[in-house]
Amino acid sequence: MGMQIAFFLFSLIAIVGAILVVTTKRLFHSALALVLSFVGVAGLYILLEAEFLAALQILIYVGAIAILILFAIMLTRHLMDPKARAFNEQWWVAALVAGFLFLVLMAMILRVPWPIKAAAVPENVIEGLGSSFVGEYLVPFEVASVLLMAALIGAIIIARER
Amino acid sequence: MSAVEILQAFAPELVLFLGALVLLALDMAWRRLGEGKEATILSLAVAFVILSLLLLLGFGKASALPIWGMLASDQFAFFFKGLALIGTGLVLLSSYRYLEGHTPYRGEFYAFLLLVTLAIMLVVGAVNLLMLYLAFEFLSLTSYILVGYLREEGKSSEAAIKYFLYGVTASAMMLYGISLLYGVTGTLDLVKIGPALASSGAGSWLAFPAIVLLLAGFGFKIALVPFHQWSPDTYEGAPTPVTAFLSVGPKAAGFAVLARVFITALSRFQPEWVSVLAGISMVTMTLGNLVALRQENIKRMLAYSSIAHAGYILIGLVCLVSGVTSNFTGLNGVLIYLLAYLFTNLGAFAVVIAVERATGSNRIADYAGLVKREPLLAGAMIVFLLSLIGIPGTGGFVGKFFVFGAAIQVQFYVLALVGVINSVISAFYYLNVVRHMFFLRGEEKPIAVELTLKWVIVASLIAVFVIGLYPHPFISLGTKAVQILGVAF
Repeated sequence: MGMQIAFFLFSLIAIVGAILVVTTKRLFHSALALVLSFVGVAGLYILLEAEFLAALQILIYVGAIAILILFAIMLTRHLMDPKARAFNEQWWVAALVAGFLFLVLMAMILRVPWPIKAAAVPENVIEGLGSSFVGEYLVPFEVASVLLMAALIGAIIIARER
Repeated sequence: MSAVEILQAFAPELVLFLGALVLLALDMAWRRLGEGKEATILSLAVAFVILSLLLLLGFGKASALPIWGMLASDQFAFFFKGLALIGTGLVLLSSYRYLEGHTPYRGEFYAFLLLVTLAIMLVVGAVNLLMLYLAFEFLSLTSYILVGYLREEGKSSEAAIKYFLYGVTASAMMLYGISLLYGVTGTLDLVKIGPALASSGAGSWLAFPAIVLLLAGFGFKIALVPFHQWSPDTYEGAPTPVTAFLSVGPKAAGFAVLARVFITALSRFQPEWVSVLAGISMVTMTLGNLVALRQENIKRMLAYSSIAHAGYILIGLVCLVSGVTSNFTGLNGVLIYLLAYLFTNLGAFAVVIAVERATGSNRIADYAGLVKREPLLAGAMIVFLLSLIGIPGTGGFVGKFFVFGAAIQVQFYVLALVGVINSVISAFYYLNVVRHMFFLRGEEKPIAVELTLKWVIVASLIAVFVIGLYPHPFISLGTKAVQILGVAF
């Protein structure tokens, strides 16, 4: 019962945060709401006994990415203009499409026979994660590093002083 | 698999990556590029591409097993890797001195062209959904940077922003689709997903959402309707060599992934995805052609034409024929079409680059009297445009013949008919360019064409004719390449 209440609370935090992100008028508030949503998701990870993932979620998403977004908003001119419109004329089309997508996904979640395994979460998750990075998933791991290098150089090209 | 075998199978990719690093280091050491230095960087880049191509020819089919269960080096991947390398070689040559006066940072441009090719080579070989996603993101990121390379020019930045916003949305949707497949099957391995899906008992409630979500990611790269909205603005604003590359490289990669994932992993849902793709194919070619009719900028026109061609190519995937006795397997049409389209489109874009560098304009009206200004450009352009229409004797005809032939083979006459009607419509706007070039009067100042651009134009011209007049080796190459997937259904 306690688990269910916790799940409900964390989901509520994540969903309310997400809704605020797209509905608040000021970009800065949106970014703060994004932090809220990230924290809610981190809570869900803890409920799933994925503590490591929850820690990463807090450290990387809340600690690094959200802060970067806040800095980018504060350092960019005209971005915090309170008169800027958060919605355009097509918001109701987007809402319709989103609502339809929600119905389809709900139907899918209810109707597809998702496999459920009764097995317990293994004791030493982090060790397994580490060894799969240098074992089974070595190639994607390396590709990710090449990708990040390319992104870094590209960011410099796009953003550096003339 | 031994370490040597892995190195051999992986050698083309490694060489390309090494090449990109060498170019970046050289560029850093030299700071500002003079003319002589840019020529050195260009020839180095081309040399690395050729070396990679040679290694691919030597070892590309070395192993039947994927490297660590992630990257296949089968015939199918081999074909697309070769396609990407040839395309990059031509794009490299046509970008020589294009950026002059636009940006002082020209060395990294060549390095990024190598990186984006590396990304395509990883995408087309991926046989694991995680690998596929990472390689796809790699391809997207490097493409965004190339599109927005001319930061000083508003159009280039606008193009990059549009491409980026559509791109991240598409990848997020694709990731959701991947998560659905993983949730049902518990595996990311394409080969294992098929049987796992069969035993899971999941029906069309899973099939349609998964297909549509995956298609958002793949279709974005191919520029299929309704995932095409980015392409006209991006094609118009990007540096023209990048536009040329986008119209062939990522498009081919998208088709390779689409075919591999849908045929190996989702073969159980074939009726579902065939019906979705058939509809998309018809809408894509019709919309692309109808909107292309009204374009006044040649880059935008070629953007819509490239959307239309994506629709034709998709016919091949809709009309799959199993059994090796037939000449038309549908899928081999996709490959042959992409090969012919590569040379045709890169050639046409080389002409566009030459005209743009001389006149500073991409308006079709400014092509008036081109035949008097530089007969080579006008003469080559007419061949490329005829090949885009699909006139017999050119490569474009062979491609169309094989995809429309597949449609007739499986008795999907409506699709073939829509394709043929669209080809006729497309003749209007392609021939409009010919009308301007040959029959209207314009400026008469001769155009000086860069030597490397001439090479690209002549090479593409030869390739278009060779594929058109002597298609046999290319057909058997394409047919052999798809057999690896053919066994799956």
